[in-house]
Amino acid sequence: MQITLKNLVRNYENVHAVRGVSLNIPENRIFGIIGLSGAGKSTLVRLISLLEKPDSGEVWYDDSRVDDLPEKEIIQRRRHIGMIFQNFNLFSSRTAGQNIAYPMEICKYPKDRIKERVKELLDLVDLADKIDAPISTLSGGQKQRIAIARALACSPDVLFCDEATSALDPKTTQSILALIKEIQKKMNLTVVMITHQMEVVRDACDYVAVLSDGQVVEKGTVKDLFAQPKTSVTKEFMSHLTTNTRNVRDDGVVIWSDVPARFTLRFLNDRVETPVISDIIREFDVVFNISGAGIQKVGDTKMGTMVCDITGKPEAVSAALDAIRERGVTVEEAEV
Amino acid sequence: MTGLTPAIWNLIWQSTLQTLEMVSLSTLFSVILGLPLGILLCITTPGRNAGIRPMPVLNEVLSRIVNILRSFPFIILIIILFPLSRLIVGSAIGTKSTIVPLSIAAAPFVARIVETALKEVDPGVVQAAKAMGSTNSQIVFKVLLPEALPSLISGLTLTIINLIGYSAMAGAVGGGGLGDLAIRYGYQRFRPEVMAIAVVVILVLVEVIQFIGNRISARMMAKR
Repeated sequence: MQITLKNLVRNYENVHAVRGVSLNIPENRIFGIIGLSGAGKSTLVRLISLLEKPDSGEVWYDDSRVDDLPEKEIIQRRRHIGMIFQNFNLFSSRTAGQNIAYPMEICKYPKDRIKERVKELLDLVDLADKIDAPISTLSGGQKQRIAIARALACSPDVLFCDEATSALDPKTTQSILALIKEIQKKMNLTVVMITHQMEVVRDACDYVAVLSDGQVVEKGTVKDLFAQPKTSVTKEFMSHLTTNTRNVRDDGVVIWSDVPARFTLRFLNDRVETPVISDIIREFDVVFNISGAGIQKVGDTKMGTMVCDITGKPEAVSAALDAIRERGVTVEEAEV
Repeated sequence: MTGLTPAIWNLIWQSTLQTLEMVSLSTLFSVILGLPLGILLCITTPGRNAGIRPMPVLNEVLSRIVNILRSFPFIILIIILFPLSRLIVGSAIGTKSTIVPLSIAAAPFVARIVETALKEVDPGVVQAAKAMGSTNSQIVFKVLLPEALPSLISGLTLTIINLIGYSAMAGAVGGGGLGDLAIRYGYQRFRPEVMAIAVVVILVLVEVIQFIGNRISARMMAKR
C-alpha cells in the first residue's frame, strides 16, 4: 500500500507539532522518518496511522482519502494497520500467545483460525515455545518480537514502527531490524519506521525523510542521503553515527573489504604519525591494497593497526617487509 | 461471665449471618452501581490524560455527585434514605432495608476505586489497542478491566471491609447484624461480654476478608 501525505498540519495549544508535511511513501518499501525528540515524529506517525486527525491536510492510502473517514470506518481501517512501539505496549493480563490473539479476537476471527494463526506467527518470530509465557518473563527483544507478531496478526498492509528499537541494546536492535526486513519481503509490507537513530535508517530503510521542527527538511533514498547529506540537521545525525558494528573487530579495526588480507601491520607510538607506507612504495616495486585499519589507545600508547595485502615480485615483497620491520612496525602474516 | 447461654450464642450466630448477608448483598449492589459509574468517570475524563471518550460536562456532573455522596455522614444518609428503603424493601428497618443505604453509600466509593484502577493502566497499552482497531467497548472490557484486575480486587477488598464497618453502624438505627447486637445487648442491656464478642467477630471477619483479598491479588500478579 502506498501512502500519500498532503500538507499535514497539527497543532497543540500554541505548539506547532507538525507544520505542513507532504510525503510520498512508496509501497513494499521500508521508509524511515528520522528526527530528534520534539521534531514532531510521534505526532506525524499518529496522524499517518489514523490515531489522530490533522488540523488540515490530507492522508491518502492508495487512492482513497482516509483522514476524514467517520469514526466507524476509521476503526475498520485501523484493523489493517500494524503498529509496534518503543515500550512494546503488550497486555500484561495476557500471555504471549493471547497477546497475538487479541487483534484477531476484536476482528471476530473464528477460534480455531486464531489458534492456528497464533502458532504460525510465533514460528515467524522464532518464539514458538513462549506461547503460554507471561509477558513479564520475556526479555526486551522477545517482547518486541511478540509485539511484531501481534501487529501482523490480521495481515496488515502497512506496519508502523514507532521508535521500535530505541529501548533495545545494539545487538537486539540488529536482530529486530533483520526480522522486520525479512517480514517486509515475505509479506510485501509497506513499513514506516519512526526513529531518532541514524543506524536504524542506515541498516534497515530504503527511503528516508528527515524531520526537523515539524517539517521535512530532506528526503530521498538512504543511499543518496548518506552520499550527499544536504542540510545541517542530516549532517548532525550522521556525525553521531557509530560505525557499523558488523565491520568493526574487537580491537577497533574497521574492515571495509570483503577479501581477506594477508598482512597485519602494527604501528606503535610515533610510528603512527609517520608515512611508512608511502616511503615503502617509493622505495620498492610493490603495491598495497589496504582493506582495513584502526587505531587504539593502550594506556598512554597509541597503537595503529592496518590490514593489507602487499603484492609484487616475491623478492620485492620480502625486501619491502624487511624494510617495514626496520622502521619499527611489527608485521603479522596470516596463513594462506 | 454470667449468662452466656446457648440462646445468646445463637443470637450472636444469627447476627453474624445478618452481617454477612448485609455486607455481601450491599457489596454486590454497590459494585453493580459503582462499576459502570467508575468506568464512565475514567473514559469521559477530559484534558491531558484524557480517557478514550472525553466528555467534560458529564464527567464534571458525575464527579460532583460522587463527591457529595462520599462526603455525606453515613448515619445521616441512612435516615435520609428511609423513604427509599421503604419503597424498595417495604420497611425502613431491618437487615434487608439497611442494604439500600449501604449500597448507595458504598457505590461512589467503588466508583472512585474503579476510576483510579483504570487510570493506572498504561496509556501506551490503550493506544496500542486503539491502533489495532478496538472499539471503545472492546477497550473497556478486553483491555482496561483485565489489565486493572489486581487493583480492582484490592479495591473490592477495601470496599467489603468498609461495608463491614458501615453495617455495624447501621445497627444503631435498627439495621440488625453484629452492630445492632452490640448496641442492644452490650450497651443498652449492660452486657459488655456480648459487645466484646460482637467486636471480636467483626475483627475476625475483617482479617479473613483482607487475607483472602491479598491472596487473590498476589496470585494474579504472580501470573503476569
